[in-house]
Amino acid sequence: MDDFMLRALIAGLGVALVTGPLGAFVVWRRMAYFGDTLAHSALLGVALGFLLEVNVNLAIILVCVALAMLLVALQHQRRLASDTLLGILSHGSLSLGLIVLAFMETLRIDLMGYLFGDILSVTLTDICWIWVGGAVALLVLAWIWRPLLAMTVHEELARVEGVPVASVRLAFMLLIALVIAMAMKVVGILLITSLLIIPAATARWFANTPEQMALLAALAGCLAVGGGLFASLQWDLPAGPAVVVAAALLFFIGAGRRKSCPTS
Amino acid sequence: MTADQILAEAKGICVSLQGRMVLDGVDLSLNAGEILALIGPNGAGKTTLVRVMLGLQRPDRGKVSLRPGLRIGYMPQRLVVDSILPLTVRRFLTLGGRVSGQALRRTLAEVGVERLLDSPIQNISGGEMQRVMLARALLRKPDLLILDEPVQGVDITGQAELFALIGSIRDRHGCGILMVSHDLHLVMATTDRVLCLNRHVCCSGHPEAVSSDPSYLELFGAYPGMALYTHNHDHRHDLHGRVTDASGETEGHG
Repeated sequence: MDDFMLRALIAGLGVALVTGPLGAFVVWRRMAYFGDTLAHSALLGVALGFLLEVNVNLAIILVCVALAMLLVALQHQRRLASDTLLGILSHGSLSLGLIVLAFMETLRIDLMGYLFGDILSVTLTDICWIWVGGAVALLVLAWIWRPLLAMTVHEELARVEGVPVASVRLAFMLLIALVIAMAMKVVGILLITSLLIIPAATARWFANTPEQMALLAALAGCLAVGGGLFASLQWDLPAGPAVVVAAALLFFIGAGRRKSCPTS
Repeated sequence: MTADQILAEAKGICVSLQGRMVLDGVDLSLNAGEILALIGPNGAGKTTLVRVMLGLQRPDRGKVSLRPGLRIGYMPQRLVVDSILPLTVRRFLTLGGRVSGQALRRTLAEVGVERLLDSPIQNISGGEMQRVMLARALLRKPDLLILDEPVQGVDITGQAELFALIGSIRDRHGCGILMVSHDLHLVMATTDRVLCLNRHVCCSGHPEAVSSDPSYLELFGAYPGMALYTHNHDHRHDLHGRVTDASGETEGHG
């Protein structure tokens, strides 16, 4: 296998191992659109990172967190529903990111790479980011697993039972921001949420417990990365979209086989 | 009544939600081993008062004091687990904290649904769900159980069984129970004391006494055939009680 292909595989698997379990929570908590919004704001993070000459990954995380805070603040008014607010923030921040990038004439960046991923050009530094960031994310997720699950099922019951709801929610939001920064190189900001949602949804066909669903989601994500990269190499497909299509195919294969698990 | 027998006490609770006064100077106290029913029409502030007692809602004025170290078991009004989340009854019961398999089985047996231990939670009926939620509250070994409309979504026979179960839980565990109901006659046999709420406390006392209290009757409508005594009512309500038929059963609950 070529060197760049091996690096792509290692990076992709690292991302899939984290987006699977985290994506399960995104799906359970109905936060798909929220993930999309944070991902779109990542481009603004990239632009600001270059503009202010700070680490781009760090800038992405900061912008994602700032956007999440802004959303929470906006949710205190009661006229507009959350999905409307998310639509405003999502497209507003994406467009702002595009404008800032356009202003920086001296900078030649690969915009397509940021939008749709550039997994075949990942460097060893990228891989370090992904695996170290991924390990941290999984550790934190394991740590908040039970309280987060309890408040996903019923937030007030969890509060009465002693779950520090606000801190756990903040930790979860930070995890999503971290994973977006990690996964951007692999599938790009427009496709990141697919790695959160599709493997988790695929896993639902076969899982009987939340933990099974998280593990199966990680597995489905890894299969999609492997399959997508293989197809990309074999038929010269764009790698990021090939991974997403592979994930979607797995979902439909799972749907066809769902009779093997109890329906609910 | 000594101080350590009082599990929870609320004094002068006032809460406004979105500019509307929901609770106005409500007092409540609950003793160890006592079953107190909180009744009142829709919008009377029952759930808000429960949320204040649980610490989920900060009152604008007034104070809640709980006995130090008090363990509360809470059963919310409604809990629906989305089918995207694969969850068995066993896993649901352990969400509140680690418990032994033996304790799980014993508690489920106590509420009468032991066979459901490994069922997906989306497959069980409304009445079974209420019992499973009761089991989760009991697993915390509570000194105080707070049950918000515990018989919601349960048919008439099931309701009587569930109230009998709640009574027997108090007898066995000796915990105090605060439960919300919109209908006095449903909870009458089980409760020691009733607090009739309509933003403020209309009346309280033994269920028999409350059922003939004029402020209760004004709130819920008089029951034909029930002996009434005259009494000058000292306040008015802007909310009218629901209509009841001759058999004394309230329409439209459940």
